[in-house]
Amino acid sequence: MSMNNQGRPTSPKTGAAPDTSTHTGNKALQIEEALIFETGHMSGTGVDLPAPKSKTNRLGGNERVKSFGLPGLSEPEAMRHYVRLSQKNYAIDMGPFPLGSCTMKHNPRLNEKMARLPGLGDIHPLQPVSTVQGALELIDTLAHWLKELTGMPAVAMSPKAGAHGELCGMVAIKSALEARGEAGTRTRVLAPESAHGTNPATAAQCGFKVDTIPADETGRVDLAAFREKLGPDVAGIMVTNPNTCGLFERDIRALADAVHEASGYFYCDGANFNAIMGKARPGDLGIDAMHINLHKTFSTPHGGGGPGSGPTVLSDALAPFAPIPYVVHSSNGFRLVEKREGPASESFGRMTAFHGQMGMFVRALSYMISHGSDGLKQAAEDAVLNANYVLARLKTEMTPAFEGSCMHEALFDDRFLENTGVDTLDFAKAMIDEGYHPMTMYFPLVVHGAMLIEPTESESKRELDKFCDALLALAKAAKAGEADKFKAAPVHAPRRRLDETAAARKPVLRWTPPEGEESSLAAE
Amino acid sequence: MRYLPLNDADRTQMRETIGITGIDDLFEDVPKDALNPVIDLPLHIGELQVEQVLGALAVKNRAAGAGPFFVGAGAYKHHVPATVDHIIQRSEFLTSYTPYQPEIAQGTLQYLFEFQTQVAALTGMDVANASMYDGSTACAEAALMAKRITRRGRVVMSGGLHPHYASVTRMNSELLGDEVVLAPATPDGKGEVLDLIDDKTSCVIVQTPDVFGNIRDLTPVAEAAHQKGALLIAVVTEVVSLGALKSPGEMGADIVVGEGQSIGVSLNFGGPYVGLFATRQKFTRQMPGRLCGETTDAAGQRGYVLTLSTREQHIRRDKATSNICTNSGLCALSFTVHMSLLGETGLRQLAALNHEAACNTADALSAVPGVKVISSSYFNEFTIHLPRNAAEVVEELAAKDIIAGVPGSRLWPEEGDKANLLIVAATEVTSSDHIVALADALKEAF
Repeated sequence: MSMNNQGRPTSPKTGAAPDTSTHTGNKALQIEEALIFETGHMSGTGVDLPAPKSKTNRLGGNERVKSFGLPGLSEPEAMRHYVRLSQKNYAIDMGPFPLGSCTMKHNPRLNEKMARLPGLGDIHPLQPVSTVQGALELIDTLAHWLKELTGMPAVAMSPKAGAHGELCGMVAIKSALEARGEAGTRTRVLAPESAHGTNPATAAQCGFKVDTIPADETGRVDLAAFREKLGPDVAGIMVTNPNTCGLFERDIRALADAVHEASGYFYCDGANFNAIMGKARPGDLGIDAMHINLHKTFSTPHGGGGPGSGPTVLSDALAPFAPIPYVVHSSNGFRLVEKREGPASESFGRMTAFHGQMGMFVRALSYMISHGSDGLKQAAEDAVLNANYVLARLKTEMTPAFEGSCMHEALFDDRFLENTGVDTLDFAKAMIDEGYHPMTMYFPLVVHGAMLIEPTESESKRELDKFCDALLALAKAAKAGEADKFKAAPVHAPRRRLDETAAARKPVLRWTPPEGEESSLAAE
Repeated sequence: MRYLPLNDADRTQMRETIGITGIDDLFEDVPKDALNPVIDLPLHIGELQVEQVLGALAVKNRAAGAGPFFVGAGAYKHHVPATVDHIIQRSEFLTSYTPYQPEIAQGTLQYLFEFQTQVAALTGMDVANASMYDGSTACAEAALMAKRITRRGRVVMSGGLHPHYASVTRMNSELLGDEVVLAPATPDGKGEVLDLIDDKTSCVIVQTPDVFGNIRDLTPVAEAAHQKGALLIAVVTEVVSLGALKSPGEMGADIVVGEGQSIGVSLNFGGPYVGLFATRQKFTRQMPGRLCGETTDAAGQRGYVLTLSTREQHIRRDKATSNICTNSGLCALSFTVHMSLLGETGLRQLAALNHEAACNTADALSAVPGVKVISSSYFNEFTIHLPRNAAEVVEELAAKDIIAGVPGSRLWPEEGDKANLLIVAATEVTSSDHIVALADALKEAF
């Protein structure tokens, strides 16, 4: 199987659109909104602060003299500005968000409420541990749930997101190799070509060389090719399971055995853990490290690009190298291990300044205890059932990339669009006009024009049926020669296709005042 | 289970459509003996019970806003306007994904563009990215960026850099075999990195105000660094200080990283926060993380997209500038909303109030027999020397419901000479009653 190097089109295609222009540029509920720098006043502010009583100045002659030129908005102006902006976004609360590998599930508002309890949201990472015993207990409890669900003996809680968790796991592997005196010789990391981009990027950030393993015809790691690549210079393997094709790596134990026989370690990318939580435990499959995306599997909101949280479970072989700080339970309560001594003497150090994403820990634990062991297992089963239902319904018009059932996401290629003049990007943009957020497109790279659909357990059958009906109608329309309509899409969104090529060629990354106008905001 | 819309009738019907009899037919690739393990965890519970469980944990913690509170050192207790929390909880912001489909994510993209503009303006730099995890990881990424730009492998860190930032940076740079040099931590802000800079140095990292609260003039460091072909990375852990102090850009910094928590983000026991990352125009393509850029759509209308993604992991894989993917989008929104409410006028007022609170606190504490205020210039945080172990004093005062500050032993557990130091922060929420309570309690402590 070869890499898809076609890239995806980044320039807008022209196509006819009906005249829906208005005098204001607004379209009913869609209100055009300028940047705050174009509307705010330099003297404006939306906060009422008392004037300082004294003129004492101990800034040591480093006072700011120059204006930085940021306008302020009154509260009603600010509210309206951001509410108008919000109405230009699609969101999981509005409809299905079937981005494969992203697990966009419902975000319970109970979790938000819990994270805002003063005793959980308004505590400082460096206040005395005697005053945060409940916080440490919460972290310890969440760690227990994560260890139990994964069947792993240890978990590092501080990684800030999935890629940060990958870094944690790979640094632990590097540290273990150093302890064996083999860090200098074991410099190669194997990763399938279907891997998330973060895997090779993380390995490189650790100073490893990345060697790509091909996929077999069934969309899984080619075991024979993998075995051939093993050698005394291999540090380990990074495999996503279930993988990015939405398939369980059925040879996972053979992979684990082979890498362990070669004295390497097994890193598992846990981005797709939602498919197997409560159904199978990575600890029973031979892995050494795996990050868990609390912002995917455990429902902490993705927030338009974060924050995430990536606790990383570790095997007994890697646990001694876990990052500080971590929580331990002693006879007189919970304690934080913050320096490299005693059991932490081999710790590889710090991933981040403090203890990790506490705000996400609260939300994730709220989600987990709400579901319980029974609910989590049911959620995984429903997620897999929903994906297979979509696969079954869509395969009449669309082309599944691989035969057989899938796990929590269904992968299609673009064969069904052959000779229609419509490509994957056009198909995705047409979905926008139908009221849906598109699926993940052009990923994984091993499939041509990939469309990866992950419905999650949050979708009802009724919602799935409407979604499938819409996609089937689009597939039929493409085959019926309606390419022009696809090329023009979207026409009903707040914006038509945006020119990414132009954006990258001459980047405009901040507002600057129009020429001729004075403002200290201008770049120096 | 309240979060799962499928009922048993749906499930049966769906299994029929798929053509399977039992759900485990879909899990047949899982090794048989590993399927359906016994999970020793409690069963599902209702919303009320969840509130009781988590509420019981919450009340075991002393909230910062519940009384006198002087803890800073990288995270600060500030007031956040109610508008901020309302806006970030709007479904369209809270429950959206990274803006990969820009036509239906203009809300996220426009606020990121506003965020980038605000961060660049505050730091005195040309460009800023769409956020990092936090200040410490931003600092580590800045050192890696300096390595790419200078093609050198020696990082020099000021002793006034927050020791946790120094640890994170050291860990990341040493992974790539770089030499990392840390100057001794001097509580008075004297003693510097100038002598450590040589022509193998990729970057010099200096924090201002430093971890002890001292304000540093970066201009001489910038000159020394540039003379040797090295970059100056400025670190700001208290972003409100930029309302009162000269920006790092004005002082010659090449990269400015910071912790943005103070504007709009709750303390959250250390996270999530929002890492700020800004630099000069010429280094744009070496930046880590996401960038939002302006463009036009097919109808010629202005719009925004994620751009320069050929730097990033999903395109460049092992050649990417960083492995970062998810960042701190929603915290960046908090920052932007709060900053939009403040404006320059409000931020300057807020900074003045913080400085006043710190001066008042320092005056009150310097009147306590045995206490010596070490910092001479500071913004909203300063260091004092106590006649006995500061960690013990902090514990004693905590028992009286006064959270006095960060003892030296918490940040430098290996350095005995810092055991009597206490780092004290005051902000606009610090009242004169709090200050009196702290001074009185300290009088009784020795």
